[in-house]
Amino acid sequence: MTERQRLGGGNAMMSIGLLMLASLVAITLFGTLIAPYNPSETSADSLAGPTAAHWLGTDSIGRDLLSRLIVGGRTTLLITFVAVTLAVCCGLVLGLFCGYVGGLADQVVMRILDVVFAFPVFLLAIAVVAALGPSVPNLILTIAIVYTPRLARVVRGPVLSVKRWDHVEAARSVGVSEFNIATRHVLPLIVSPVLVETSLTLAQTIFTITALSFLGLGPPPPDPNWGAMLSEARQFMELAPLTVIGPAAAIVFATLTFIVLANGLRERLDVASR
Amino acid sequence: MMGAPVALLQVRGLTAQFNRGDAASQVVKGISFDIGAGESVGFVGESGCGKSVTARALMRLAPEGSSLAWGGTVLFKGQDLLQVNERVMQDIRGRRIAMVFQDPMSSLNPVLTVGAQIEDVVRRHTGASASRARKRAVELLDLVGIRDAARRADDYPHQFSGGMRQRVLIAIAVSCQPDLLIADEPTTALDVTVQAQILRLLMRLRRELGMALMLITHDFGVIAGMVDRVHVMLDGRIVETGSVDALFANPQQAYTQALLAAVPRLDVAGKLA
Amino acid sequence: MTESVQQAVPLLRVRDLSVTFPARSGKTPVLAVNRVSFDIGRAQTLALVGESGSGKTTTGRAILQLQASSGGSVQLLGYELGQLSRDGLRTMRRHMQFVLQNPYSSLHPRMTVAQTLAEPLRVHRCVPVESVTARVAELMTLVGLDPAMVSRYPHEFSGGQRQRIVIARALAVSPDFVVCDEPVSALDVSTQAQIVALLKSLQTRLGLSYLFIAHDLALVRQVAHRIAVMFAGQIVEMGGSDQVYGNPSHPYTRALLDAVPVPNPVLQRQKLSESAADVQFHGLVPKAGPCAFGEDHAQSGTACWHEVGAGHGVSCRFWPAPAQ
Repeated sequence: MTERQRLGGGNAMMSIGLLMLASLVAITLFGTLIAPYNPSETSADSLAGPTAAHWLGTDSIGRDLLSRLIVGGRTTLLITFVAVTLAVCCGLVLGLFCGYVGGLADQVVMRILDVVFAFPVFLLAIAVVAALGPSVPNLILTIAIVYTPRLARVVRGPVLSVKRWDHVEAARSVGVSEFNIATRHVLPLIVSPVLVETSLTLAQTIFTITALSFLGLGPPPPDPNWGAMLSEARQFMELAPLTVIGPAAAIVFATLTFIVLANGLRERLDVASR
Repeated sequence: MMGAPVALLQVRGLTAQFNRGDAASQVVKGISFDIGAGESVGFVGESGCGKSVTARALMRLAPEGSSLAWGGTVLFKGQDLLQVNERVMQDIRGRRIAMVFQDPMSSLNPVLTVGAQIEDVVRRHTGASASRARKRAVELLDLVGIRDAARRADDYPHQFSGGMRQRVLIAIAVSCQPDLLIADEPTTALDVTVQAQILRLLMRLRRELGMALMLITHDFGVIAGMVDRVHVMLDGRIVETGSVDALFANPQQAYTQALLAAVPRLDVAGKLA
Repeated sequence: MTESVQQAVPLLRVRDLSVTFPARSGKTPVLAVNRVSFDIGRAQTLALVGESGSGKTTTGRAILQLQASSGGSVQLLGYELGQLSRDGLRTMRRHMQFVLQNPYSSLHPRMTVAQTLAEPLRVHRCVPVESVTARVAELMTLVGLDPAMVSRYPHEFSGGQRQRIVIARALAVSPDFVVCDEPVSALDVSTQAQIVALLKSLQTRLGLSYLFIAHDLALVRQVAHRIAVMFAGQIVEMGGSDQVYGNPSHPYTRALLDAVPVPNPVLQRQKLSESAADVQFHGLVPKAGPCAFGEDHAQSGTACWHEVGAGHGVSCRFWPAPAQ
């Protein structure tokens, strides 16, 4: 039984997740090019239903819903990807350091992170954004701060275990420096749980950003974003339901992508590790 | 006893195939052997030869996470074990055929006392009352040479050394006086001084309880003193069979000869530069 | 260094090495290695034998400075290893290498054989970058593997082959001294014989010294020039291979040798049927008064060590009381 046979065993979830991810990435990268209209362009046609001209209709001041969804998605997703990447990088460094070095340094750093960890994600996010002011860079920073402790924890656990493995001691006996042992002999082996956690974090981040925007703490206008769109559209729910359903469906789709991906990854990596 | 003895265990054309995920590998490729009542038979071979799987197939125990498909016939006292239903098999396991595994620590439940684990088995198979089972448990611990049995019965597995744990496992195995005891590498995980003690224990119990013994090991030294007949296995098949004295003195097959030649001898010094 | 200079100072000199494991909740600190001393010369093999808990593995790791010691000295090529700086120690590692027991876990699962073998070369910069590939191929041939297989991963090899790779990695930097911790225990008996033969031939060709840690006395007989028997962290008997096997003087050594199963049905049956007294060695504390050799060490202050032959000594500790 070769490695390939084991891994190739038809993981439907993973494939679906990847497809969904592909579409999200396409929106992030090419959003402004795909959108049929300028999202800020108003027209007289307000709260119209789906027509040939506007596939999903228009919002209260006649802006094309589809375009706003696409460009709004772009903003949301951009913040998500960048923020989570930042959190993962910090989490990796901190988790690897704490797990590998151990001792007092580990205790001190983990306790500091624990303080941050103790706050409910959303509450902390509101506090930070309220303090720093809502802008795209601040939002990215907020998310990164809030999620770094979680990721550091997820990294630290496997590091504690892998650093005791035989090949690490063998490398040490050869004379490999501790830094190289940590980065080359330990880190590559803990990638699996980190990948799964990253995917879950992406899902949560979408939700957090959207919720913040809904409350008005998101990226300021005129940039469209799903949360704000949802908030605006509440009053028009009966008149033009698509204005609510559109952003809601988009939020669900994006969140689901990462959850499906996480499950698919978990299954696949589980098989690979056996 | 008049007439030809009917073999306790008659195995004909046994095959066993592992199914793990979607890959299948045939591990035992058609072996046949007999074990008579009270007889001691050894299975020796290198890793992957299928000796452990043979034992598991006899007991219809599939390893964790995979399934085992088998073929052939296994006649135990006239009953084909590969055909009976699971309930009958459960009755036979532990009662008529018992097994002792290699690693005593993982075969014992760490959160139950040793006495409780023996009592469970006794009650399952003989329906004895709690007090009778407790008495029996202490008797058994004493039988396998654990000093201060009454007090030790209330200890947990981690409070015993490796050798003592193996004795506990043996106590569990012989609790219902089985006809056949299968020992799969019973001493491999133990220190050499403890090994000798456990082997002596197995010999003594065999004599006292009249059990047949199926001993599976890779160690020729262990096989040499414990069994009457030896089957050498390679790649799922039996390549040589013989009485233990004949096989060691005059191995017929090249594989057996090579294996025996490779065993380091205590009495012969190696050539050093 | 010239031949004569090398002979004067033993390659490895261990004196009173001790390792204490700190107290864990509710337990006392454990003295895993208790004042162990021995020398190893060039191209010599000293076998350290004992059962589990004897401290033999810990001794090996302490010598390699992979385990902190709580006392004593380890000198390799005249350098006191415990006093070297971190960089100094890393440089010394070139001279002392480690072959671990488990071939399935001592190789990085995600590094190819080529990368694994090149790593020590890179760390110690012993060959110029252009020659690394050639040296790796040379190492593969040295241990009897096909150099074309260097781009494969460990899981593509058998246990015996993996152990050869581990040995090749140990030899990459041309060390003087290799600690082999149960190097063949996890292998089949025929593979064991091949690996042992490989180790011996490498010793002859490269002048390597081995500290061979094992529990299998029959195996050790094939490789060791000298043997030290360990029990409860101390050496209870030490001498030339022939001396210790031919004239085991400590009761524990005798018990160990007695217990080894021999592949001879007649002898083995006889051995097992003799009901051996369950001699307890654990928990034997040194008592007051003269030892088994008639000396009162508490009074005279001498070490508990007695010579029973030229270069063959035995400890008077852990000596069970004679049967009445």
